[in-house]
Amino acid sequence: MVAPLVEFRSVVKRFDDFVAVEDVNFTIDAGEFVAIMGPSGCGKTTTLRMLAGLEAPSEGNILMDGRVMNDVPAHERDTPLVWQSLALFPFLTARENVEFGLQMRGVGAAECRRRALEWLDRMEISEFAERDIASLSGGQKQRVALARSLVIEPRILLLDEPLSALDANLVIRMQSVLTRLQRELGITFVYVTHSQSEAFAMADRVVIMSRGHISQIGSPKDIYRAPANRFVAEFVGRNNIIAGAVTKTAAKTVTIEGSLGSFTVQTGQHDAPRKGDVARFVVAADLAQISVKKPKSANVIPCSLISEEFIGSIVTLFLEAEDGSELKVQLQERELSKVDLKSATTTYLSWADEHGHYIGVD
Amino acid sequence: MTDNRTLRWFLFAYLALVFVFIFAPIFFSVVFSFNSDRFPTIPLGNFTLKWYQTVWNDPDVWEAARTSLTVSLSTATIATALGFATAYTDYRYSFRLKPIYLGLVLLPPTIPLIIMALAMLAWFAKLGISGQVMSIIIAHSVLTAPFAMAIIRLRLSQMDPSLEAAAWNLGANEWSAMRRVIVPFCRPAIISSFCLTAAVSFDEFAISWFVSGLNKTIPVIILEIVTGNIDPQVNAIGSFVFLVSMTLVIIAQVVLMTRRKKEN
Repeated sequence: MVAPLVEFRSVVKRFDDFVAVEDVNFTIDAGEFVAIMGPSGCGKTTTLRMLAGLEAPSEGNILMDGRVMNDVPAHERDTPLVWQSLALFPFLTARENVEFGLQMRGVGAAECRRRALEWLDRMEISEFAERDIASLSGGQKQRVALARSLVIEPRILLLDEPLSALDANLVIRMQSVLTRLQRELGITFVYVTHSQSEAFAMADRVVIMSRGHISQIGSPKDIYRAPANRFVAEFVGRNNIIAGAVTKTAAKTVTIEGSLGSFTVQTGQHDAPRKGDVARFVVAADLAQISVKKPKSANVIPCSLISEEFIGSIVTLFLEAEDGSELKVQLQERELSKVDLKSATTTYLSWADEHGHYIGVD
Repeated sequence: MTDNRTLRWFLFAYLALVFVFIFAPIFFSVVFSFNSDRFPTIPLGNFTLKWYQTVWNDPDVWEAARTSLTVSLSTATIATALGFATAYTDYRYSFRLKPIYLGLVLLPPTIPLIIMALAMLAWFAKLGISGQVMSIIIAHSVLTAPFAMAIIRLRLSQMDPSLEAAAWNLGANEWSAMRRVIVPFCRPAIISSFCLTAAVSFDEFAISWFVSGLNKTIPVIILEIVTGNIDPQVNAIGSFVFLVSMTLVIIAQVVLMTRRKKEN
């Protein structure tokens, strides 16, 4: 079996008394686009910096190609990082910035220049090669930063929230630049972000971190459709999280009774809870149905419409159940026109049995 | 509105007075350096370069100029190197006694010059190195290094903290990162601090007078000339010193300011 490109084995990082990363285990294969996502302070940037050798793990090992990297200094690793601040050298031109890594590797001047210009050309900014960094726009700087990291032909590229300073339109464009680059080069991208849309749009696999732990690893679809726990379900959003006490357990199903009613869901891979535990399940907003007539389904919550929000052709309806909790339904605009919500005082939110996703007790 | 205008005129006049008090003596010193009369009185005599000729032909003045130049260039080099090292230490590392470290580093300019000069003399005499050019250089370096440190520290505080790590990340070891990133980033501050420390050292009198022994610097020789008799050559020397110092200070300012404009 081929060793994975990167492996974190029980990695812990402490800063004095503060534990930034606690017992992290995961692997990254060659050629993968992995996003590490989580709220600020979850340890995602620390994880990335350890991979670059800018922080040393307090415990555990980080391996690359099966080799323990803990004692390899940053400058001896081929793990270029695209910084959140970009960290371009302000006293050098765009071309000189790109040449930096090559010069450090002892590449001759003429070859440095040729390869730097080739990459600037590839990033479509060759006309700015001799410009000072300060005179470039945000998007152009971004491309210089990418060229500077990729010119050394690494097998892995680390990115630390590189798009956070750009405006929304530019973010979308840079996302397609990044995904295309990653596919063309066939190298591994490790992308740290707090933005779900960036992670889901680009990554093959998403690692969700919370307070130094890994909460879930999976494809964007897995994480969106099957959040493993309450943290992921809440972080990913767009979910209706329904809580209650466990009243009945059977093989692979559990009945949860709360203020919204009593519902039975599949336990999936979770351990069966005990009776009386407080357990939760989610119904994704886009899998929930809305109607004005009470449907026959067993999974119905009566509620009233609070507001609607249009984002392009998608509409999100915000509903309030009788106990005051807020629920969401997301549907296509053209589907909404089929439901006459205006005249109804009570609407019904419902879902098919298979769309209730159990997320365990906590 | 009238109040406002009055106030503005008052402040303007005040500012003008400040400049007059600072520059009038220098201005008159320059004017009298071209005046043929022996005594600085008005009306002026004829225009003359006599005093400059006297200075030019005086081997003592030449000797002093050479000493001053050696001292100020050496001081500027040492002080800037020390200032850079301490500023970088402050930027890069955090340690428990850092406030005390910084306090000690920035202490010398707060000590009255005359006390410092006496202390230096006593200390050098004990070590047996007083009265040499080297002793002036050491004393001036102690005096001016904090200025260099302050200027370079300010520059480092404007640096993106990721910049140095970015250099490591791209394959630069600590020395290469220092040489290729930290020093170039600080270059404007390094040039400014070199010019300013050179200027301070070039003008400094009290310490030079105490520790120089027979190696007189320009300020020391000026004092010797004026204590002997009234001699307009001091105006000529003074004009020259003023020119050198102002040039250095202006270079320092221009280097710092053009850099700032470029980055904004």
